[in-house]
Amino acid sequence: MIHQLFQTKKKIKLGFYGPPNAGKTTLANRISKDWLGEEVGSVSKIPHETRSVSVKEAVVIKHKGKEMGFTLVDTPGIATKIDYEEFMKFKMKETEAKKRAKEATEGVIEAIKWLDDVDCVCVVLDSAENPYSQVNITIIGNLAARDIPVLIVANKIDLKRSNIKKVEAAFPQYEVVGISAMKGKNMEEFYESLFRLIKK
Amino acid sequence: MLTLQYVQYADLENMNSSQKIKHLLSIVEEGKIVLMQGRLTPEEETGLIKETMIRIKKAFKGIQLCTIYPAESSGHLFGKMRKELAKILVGNQEGLTIIGPDSIVKEIRRDPSKIQLLTIDAPNKPSKKRRSRK
Repeated sequence: MIHQLFQTKKKIKLGFYGPPNAGKTTLANRISKDWLGEEVGSVSKIPHETRSVSVKEAVVIKHKGKEMGFTLVDTPGIATKIDYEEFMKFKMKETEAKKRAKEATEGVIEAIKWLDDVDCVCVVLDSAENPYSQVNITIIGNLAARDIPVLIVANKIDLKRSNIKKVEAAFPQYEVVGISAMKGKNMEEFYESLFRLIKK
Repeated sequence: MLTLQYVQYADLENMNSSQKIKHLLSIVEEGKIVLMQGRLTPEEETGLIKETMIRIKKAFKGIQLCTIYPAESSGHLFGKMRKELAKILVGNQEGLTIIGPDSIVKEIRRDPSKIQLLTIDAPNKPSKKRRSRK
């Protein structure tokens, strides 16, 4: 399906999905910076920094003599709970924290709506966290039900607690690529996996 | 005190997806933990998350959700076909879905072989001060 799409449209809508603070925007920024010279969105240690979908068009990636055009779709982190008091732990004022929480709930809804509009997806997970969370399972289950190709990106491999094997064991039917989007580690392997996914 | 409410598959059988989600969330909003026979479809799971986001307010900060599902058998084609046929005839009753209010269930830790429900301890009630008669 994707291969046919590539032949006809030559522009693939690549979604970045995952739980909050897994590094979706950092990865989207890294790709966009590599190939377009500009970033997609801002990043922060405070969860739910991305609260609306950001789209970056006409990103042409070249890899081993091949070229593919992408539209990057960076989505807000999907969560089952949002507590404004959590934001206040980051020294945010109550009014600001409540506003952020409200925007974050809207962002989750928007991210889910976009599931119907992407061609393939990078599910970005923090490889230092437990991969067996229901949010991860729900996202991947939805993509499988829609027959959307998935590449699992085990991010933050630069952290000591990172455990790619655990991510691989959790999702044995998918290809997992370990990277550090922040440090740009293993990006060549990432592009290799991405091109392989699209050729399927 | 924790209240666990068991929801049988038969209770939801005649409901559409939206009704199911609203029914389950109404129990959770009462501060109870739902133990549901079977599982929601992937679309219903995202529908549940969407509806949860709409309902978030000061008193309701969301849910913790977990599904336990028997591992897909790598058995014969005939066995798989029989399983799929059973699902069509009687619905997907396999597995168990746990949904708890975030104010009570701090985290549901899932591992391939076990599930841990971490609850938030209720604060101890302050002892009533006795008034002394003068």
